[in-house]
Amino acid sequence: MGTAVTLVKDSVPTTRKARSAAPVTKGRRGRRENLAGYLFMSPWIAGFLLLTAGPMVASLYFAFTDYNLFNSPKWVGFDNFTAMFDDPRWRKSVEVTAKYVVIGTPLKLLLALGVALLLAQSRRGQAFYRAAFYAPSLIGASVSIGFVWRSLFSDGAVVDRTQSFLGFHVGGWVGNADWVLYCLVALTVWQFGAPMVIFLAGLKQVPRELYEAAEMDGAGPFRRFWSITLPMISPVLFFNVLLETIHSFQIFGSAYVVSNTYCGPADATLVYTCYLYQKGFKDAQMGFAAAMAWMLLLAVALVTAVLFWSQKKWVHYEEDAR
Amino acid sequence: MSATTTKPPALGRKHTGSLVWHLGALLILAVILYPVIWVIGASFKPSKDIINSLQLFPGHPILSNFKGLADGIADIKIWTFFENSLFYALGSVVGILVSCSLTAYAFARIRFAGRNLLFSLMIGTLLLPYHVLLIPQYVMFQKLQLVNTYVPLLIGKYLATEAFFVFLMVQFMRNLPKELDEAARLDGCGHLRIYWSIVLPLCRPALITSAIFTFINAWNDFMGPLIYLNEPGKYTVSLGLMMFRDSDGVAANYGGMIAMSLVALLPVLLFFLAFQRYLIDGMATSGLKG
Repeated sequence: MGTAVTLVKDSVPTTRKARSAAPVTKGRRGRRENLAGYLFMSPWIAGFLLLTAGPMVASLYFAFTDYNLFNSPKWVGFDNFTAMFDDPRWRKSVEVTAKYVVIGTPLKLLLALGVALLLAQSRRGQAFYRAAFYAPSLIGASVSIGFVWRSLFSDGAVVDRTQSFLGFHVGGWVGNADWVLYCLVALTVWQFGAPMVIFLAGLKQVPRELYEAAEMDGAGPFRRFWSITLPMISPVLFFNVLLETIHSFQIFGSAYVVSNTYCGPADATLVYTCYLYQKGFKDAQMGFAAAMAWMLLLAVALVTAVLFWSQKKWVHYEEDAR
Repeated sequence: MSATTTKPPALGRKHTGSLVWHLGALLILAVILYPVIWVIGASFKPSKDIINSLQLFPGHPILSNFKGLADGIADIKIWTFFENSLFYALGSVVGILVSCSLTAYAFARIRFAGRNLLFSLMIGTLLLPYHVLLIPQYVMFQKLQLVNTYVPLLIGKYLATEAFFVFLMVQFMRNLPKELDEAARLDGCGHLRIYWSIVLPLCRPALITSAIFTFINAWNDFMGPLIYLNEPGKYTVSLGLMMFRDSDGVAANYGGMIAMSLVALLPVLLFFLAFQRYLIDGMATSGLKG
């Protein structure tokens, strides 16, 4: 699974504070501190240069070349990008991924928030349910669960039978180009436990006095949710939206396993990374794949920027958060 | 966890409210746990019944699915895959614990020039999609003839590239009282000594959380092994499972595949049962506290 879980906004104020409180120490002591700092940091610095910064630059270069891993890269300008926009399968992969992100992420977060609100109402049994609901987040990305999912959504299996019993027969979702993507959506929604745990922790920090005061003023439950709960947990909501969205752009394993390694039928689950993998590692079109990766990076950066820009309007940070 | 609980006043009478609450929670629980219970039951069913039988547990459970696993897949013992996964997971845990704690110590306890810049870069890598690095990293490891070894899978763990764990440990170390360092320093301790004898022991909860998450992530990892390992004898459990299906065809040995899926899930489920407090609290607090 491996979603990074951190409150990004927190890093900013802390850093700023550290800067104003601690002017760089001067003199021999300062030099010793610098040396110690960089020695402790040396694994990270090596990793950053060798495995992150260097590859990023290389990837940008490859994106403008024709490269099959065996001949040396040949500069082709923007050819990979124009080929990409002309490629119907690439456009399909964008469509599939967008659909997956736009449908799956809000459903998952709504369920996470709903269940967190439910669990927050009672303390008896809360720890048990919290743990049980969280478990799918740990196993959801495994190949095992991919197989289980494939089985449960097959023709004649439990989902199909339940659906037929309710009166709308579809058959197996995994073999059906119109439905198979929803099978993946169901798999991500099933893993709502991770954001739920974070919502729940956020809800615990809302001061009870606020609710009592609101109740005395005659605010109903809906009003209390809208005017107290939602603003108070908006930083946590922002954090969950940001991470879940970025994460779901990058879905790979589940799509690969559930749709039987070829991301079909009819490219119905050809998520972006699945196509990137095919182009890079099956067709050995490293240049094209690198160009695709940079488009993904741009998309993720754009979404991140829009979210950060929009948080001024709806995310409420307490001044004395610390 | 703080003691105050949000409790918007119950909607109706207290016990009906609580009854509805438990009913709702149980209903979600049933849906959530269904796939896990299903895979346990299905692994004791004959292949032909696995998909079509709605009975969760078979009337006549059979063991042949598990016995068949002993024969291995394509001349490879099933245990080999588990050995490989174990090597990968434990190797990752060691790497993450050492490299991320060293980095976190520098960020949290040493004042050095450029710290804030490096910290911002580290946070930036948290949001970077891994796929941008995929192609050039592969090219690099291919040139170094390290494809089909575990080096590409493990090296990042020894070079602290998993920013999430660095961040988790930084948050933890920042909250340790500064007086500890100052006292130790007056006694003539250097940073290495403070790191090893004071900070690390106090960070045990963060280290445990990181270790378990690392183990589970490596155990579940699919894309890394898929790209870098191409010799079946080196496959991890995830790849072994895929091979199982590819070699036997879905219909031929469905039972064996499901049985192995269950066995592959067990370590993660056991870790979860044993350490769920560490996992959930680590997850919850890292999302909240500055």
